[in-house]
Amino acid sequence: MYDLQELYQEVVMDHNRSPRNFRKLGNANRSAEGFNPLCGDQITLYLEVDDDDKIKDIGFQAGGCAISKASASMMTDVVKGVSVKEAEHIFNNFRQMITQEDYDAEILGDAEILSGVSQYPARIKCAVLSWHTLKSALDGADTQRITTE
Amino acid sequence: MLDVSKIREDFPILSKKVYDGQPLIWLDSAATSQKPRSVIQSIVDYYEGFNANVHRGVHALSIESTAAFEDARQKVADFIGAESSECIIWTRNTTESINLVAHTWAQENIHAGDEILVTALEHHSNLVPWQKVARDKKATLRIIPLAKDQSLDLSEIDTLINPRTKLVAMVQKSNSIGTTNPVKELAAKARAVGAAVLVDGAQSVPHMPVDVADIDCDFLAFSGHKMLGPTGIGVLYVKHDILERMEPFLRGGDMVLEVSYEDASWNSLPWRFEAGTPNMAGAIGMGAAIDYLNGLGMENVRDHDIQLTKHALDSFKELEEELEIYGPKDPALRSGVVSFHHPDVHPHDLGTVLDRRGIAIRTGHHCTMPLVRSLGVPATARASFYLYNTNEEVDALLDGIKEALRYFGNGAGTAG
Repeated sequence: MYDLQELYQEVVMDHNRSPRNFRKLGNANRSAEGFNPLCGDQITLYLEVDDDDKIKDIGFQAGGCAISKASASMMTDVVKGVSVKEAEHIFNNFRQMITQEDYDAEILGDAEILSGVSQYPARIKCAVLSWHTLKSALDGADTQRITTE
Repeated sequence: MLDVSKIREDFPILSKKVYDGQPLIWLDSAATSQKPRSVIQSIVDYYEGFNANVHRGVHALSIESTAAFEDARQKVADFIGAESSECIIWTRNTTESINLVAHTWAQENIHAGDEILVTALEHHSNLVPWQKVARDKKATLRIIPLAKDQSLDLSEIDTLINPRTKLVAMVQKSNSIGTTNPVKELAAKARAVGAAVLVDGAQSVPHMPVDVADIDCDFLAFSGHKMLGPTGIGVLYVKHDILERMEPFLRGGDMVLEVSYEDASWNSLPWRFEAGTPNMAGAIGMGAAIDYLNGLGMENVRDHDIQLTKHALDSFKELEEELEIYGPKDPALRSGVVSFHHPDVHPHDLGTVLDRRGIAIRTGHHCTMPLVRSLGVPATARASFYLYNTNEEVDALLDGIKEALRYFGNGAGTAG
């Protein structure tokens, strides 16, 4: 089916069908909402950051396309258990990957598979929504609302 | 009946191939239509042959450009049955046309306690300006709700249109789901209580015969680019006796009669409402688009839309159990647009699958966020048709949807 397989790889479809960490966190101390008005994608991200600035737990609830949901699932998987500083480093690498700059594939986990999205300009916003929401949650102590428009 | 294969030869872009040689299937005419060669050529002719500012020069080219510019205005007037070309104001697009009314007529005629009535089908362009007017004037914005099939629910219409109603602003054909509204009947009810009537014709004027005298509306707004014309040119029709009493919108050159350092008097109609150098090439291109449409006949254009819509609705029956299709089922009450949603595949993913097959559709909320939200989905996929589309293209759309469902559908997940 043309080159669609590159975009919708098995790993992406799996995260879309069975997203990881797909739940509201009862004891979240950081949260942020992301919204892409163009396509109606929305995500609420919950984080529990402990006293050592480590992301102890993370969860999300979202409605959106396969790319946005899979990307969010992969993102939560890869930043769970790492320090806030490390999460920001991972965020920067993901952004660099999508904008076709040099990046460190090793630290991105499954999310590395989304590198093909850079070939689909109309879909980049879908892939980055959850990551910008993460950045917003890490930057702000309270609930943030961001948009990729 | 339209000779579609002959028509398609007039549209250079329709022979374009995308990606690895997929023929372009343009099902996004509700966003913007493609342009026939005659329209493109009219713009080239203007720039190559008689580019000059209008209404200003004594020289040959200005006389020629002014004549062509005003000739296009007359074509628009005739096309919509306006009483005079003085009633036709050039704008950039439908949005600007509606905002013009909100910034001029509404400022003088909407007061505290008044009501503005719109429908639940409005594009943001016929909703957001009225939200501001209502807020500024302490007036109330009321909404005609939808029935189950997304036609208007008119059961409470005689309460909604009441002596406090000062303006009924309504879309004639929904860009989002294709519903065609009974604007003539609603205009008559508005008339009976002394309310003014604005019709958003962005989707109706390109697709069906529209006659302002028959509807008896005060304002009609539409865009050139959705009716084979260029972008950046739109029209506001205003009934003559209302236009005579309206304050100018933008002020500056060309809209004045006499200017002193202290004061100015206004030019006659319609130029009073066209400050600054207008979009001459755009107006001339729109005139060429109207010539093209007149050559086909708007009844034929409408019938072709209805036939394609009927074919799409019939073909989609195959997927009926899963696929939610919005809008009335009777093609007489809706046409040109088929908006749908499937629980297993997000519209955006569907749009990408179709795109790789060369099929262009729109996905999202179509600038009708409250409407799409009321359908209970985050977005819909929308295929929209025009005079150059064929049943075969509708079939290709259906094949593409089926492919996406194999790919994303329940239990699937590997490349089909």
